[in-house]
Amino acid sequence: MTNTGTPLVELRDISISFGGIKAVDHVSVNLFAGEVVGLLGHNGAGKSTLIKCLSGAYKADSGEILINGEKAEINNPRDARSYNIETIYQTLALADNLDAASNLFLGREIVGAGGFLDDSAMESETRKILARLNPNFRKFNVPVSALSGGQRQSVAIARAVYFNAKILIMDEPTAALGPQETQMVAELIQELKKQGLGIFLIEHDIHSVMKLCDRAVVMKNGQRVGTVNVDEVTDEDILGMIIMGKKPAKAV
Amino acid sequence: MSDSKNSSASHSEDRRDGMVARFLQGTELDTRMLGMLGALALIWVAFHVYGYLSTGQGIFLSARNLWNLSVQTASIGIMATGMVLVIITRNIDLSVGSLIGVIGMLMGVLQVEILPKMVGIGHPSIWIVTVIVGIILGAVLGAFHGWLIAYRGIPSFIVTLGGLMVWRGAAFLVADGKTVAPVDATFALLGGGPYGAVGATGSWIVGVLGCLAIVWILYSGRSARQKHNIRLRPVWGDLVVGALACGTLIGAVLVVNSYPWPKGIVDAYAKANNLTVPPEGLFISHGFAIPVLIMVAVTIIMTILMTRTRFGRYVFAIGGNPEAAALAGIDTRWMTVKIFSLMGLLAGVAAIVSSARLNSATNALGNLDELYVIAAAVIGGTSLAGGVGTIYGAIIGAFIMGSLQTGMVLIGFGDGSYRSIVVGVALVLAVYLDNLYRNYIK
Ligand SMILES: Nc1ncnc2c1ncn2[C@@H]1O[C@H](COP(=O)(O)OP(=O)(O)O)[C@@H](O)[C@H]1O
Ligand SMILES: [Mg+2]
Repeated sequence: MTNTGTPLVELRDISISFGGIKAVDHVSVNLFAGEVVGLLGHNGAGKSTLIKCLSGAYKADSGEILINGEKAEINNPRDARSYNIETIYQTLALADNLDAASNLFLGREIVGAGGFLDDSAMESETRKILARLNPNFRKFNVPVSALSGGQRQSVAIARAVYFNAKILIMDEPTAALGPQETQMVAELIQELKKQGLGIFLIEHDIHSVMKLCDRAVVMKNGQRVGTVNVDEVTDEDILGMIIMGKKPAKAV
Repeated sequence: MSDSKNSSASHSEDRRDGMVARFLQGTELDTRMLGMLGALALIWVAFHVYGYLSTGQGIFLSARNLWNLSVQTASIGIMATGMVLVIITRNIDLSVGSLIGVIGMLMGVLQVEILPKMVGIGHPSIWIVTVIVGIILGAVLGAFHGWLIAYRGIPSFIVTLGGLMVWRGAAFLVADGKTVAPVDATFALLGGGPYGAVGATGSWIVGVLGCLAIVWILYSGRSARQKHNIRLRPVWGDLVVGALACGTLIGAVLVVNSYPWPKGIVDAYAKANNLTVPPEGLFISHGFAIPVLIMVAVTIIMTILMTRTRFGRYVFAIGGNPEAAALAGIDTRWMTVKIFSLMGLLAGVAAIVSSARLNSATNALGNLDELYVIAAAVIGGTSLAGGVGTIYGAIIGAFIMGSLQTGMVLIGFGDGSYRSIVVGVALVLAVYLDNLYRNYIK
């Protein structure tokens, strides 16, 4: 796949440190529409921290973010949402005591006359979107703490899909899932990609990366080791980048 | 048996048999609430029967006692509704009793020493200005606590423990420890008493309006679900809920209307109004006390706030997972300021009710109230782990605590030490039973 033109997202020279630890150290990556970019690296490499700068959870110490070629000011999660950036966090970021609909609409509730919550409308919308994503989903009126890992993941994904994400960030979306649910997420990623979304996918399973991603960015100790086109390299090349920080010839 | 509210009625695969289960499913009544009401009823009957057996006279379930119980519960109940929000968001407010003290004293000085000099004693603006100042003062002091907690990172336990000491001291300094009395005559009505109640007609108006509101709520809830075709509940379920709610309300009207003014008050009232009292006496009903109506209004507003608005939704979200709430774009710090400000505002309302009831302001007003308020919220099912709690639960909790206290007095254990032992045991027991319940419904 050749990417020409303006990238959907460009992270330029991003750095952020926590009390002396350089969690992300001058990293640049970009993402085109209809593309899946894998972010790889050991635990603690800085993957989550990097994407949290894009999702508004953190503010980078330095560097800039461009959306469709224009400089974007992302100071908080609300700003990110206004750029149609949706995030599925590693920790899922659901309020355990609330039901699926309340979580799906958290921060963007449907209100009716007088500004009061329209719970029936939200539940109805939630039923519709989940019927599409996970037809087995039944537990609409229980706190999400009573749901399985896969069902919770469905809620988190439904949130991103419902609000028409253009840029989707998925931080280890299948870490807590069984094989069937993992397959479901994989299919969803392919469908969303077809619809023209740009997706950052943080994923440890090298086979999933080879299958789902167009490009892979490898990080180590907060720095970017290199970026490769997935169909130009082998599993071993990528593993070598992750483990030894060795950059293959094809990488940029 | 699981919490009926949590079961989705539209899916028949989890249909449960048995009358009780079907009843709970059809009415969607919260089993936990039923349990609390059952406990309250048990306490009432137990005190009544004990009184009957030991003195030959059951007093607890008399109209007079129930009326007094409702008045005594008002101040704690009002504050407990705010404490629910504070505890749901994993905070605590130990300062509310002292806030009552300092706000009560400032309102006392304002209406007794300052305003009469400006507008003359008994001027109708006095009570209005005093009430507004008390409420605003509470909101401002609460917001200050919230600011220290949210923006200065000091734990709420510490901020409000400091507040407990500071505001109690300040309450003393307002008038150098003197009692300020009597309060403005109109202001005093907000505390209850024969004149501070709405009478038989007023109570019927409240009852009828309440029933209309209940019918409207059930109807509009039903049509909202119909519109989106989700979880329709059987018509009989709505009818049962409506009948129970209206029946309780009408029952309360009958009780408060059957409690007459004492003879002395009737005579004084007759004299002032040039009425002749017939030999068999005049039966003038108390009706609902004004502080109780204030508590009811606060309960309704707080319930709407918690269940029907974004604000309430965010309170629960922050309690369930503060990080997730922040990632969803909720300004959790500003929310904390608002929650503590609301708590302070309600302490202001409680200060109005309690100082009006005492007809004076003393620097000891509200002493230890923070503990009763926290206990009421917790007995009512608010979890200290955060994320869980209801307004109606806190009100029932306040009634349970109030009932234990008055009950002990009525059966001759009025000595403060017995009372505090019973209330303390009840608190621990309530939380233990709640744990058992929550494990059971899982
Ligand atoms: N909020 C934080 N405070 C302090 N250190 C942090 C914080 N977030 C991340 N870090 C540190 O930054 C580094 C990168 O973490 P992270 O981005 O979570 O790695 P990854 O997602 O690649 O496993 C780690 O050393 C981690 O301890
Ligand atoms: Mg991570």
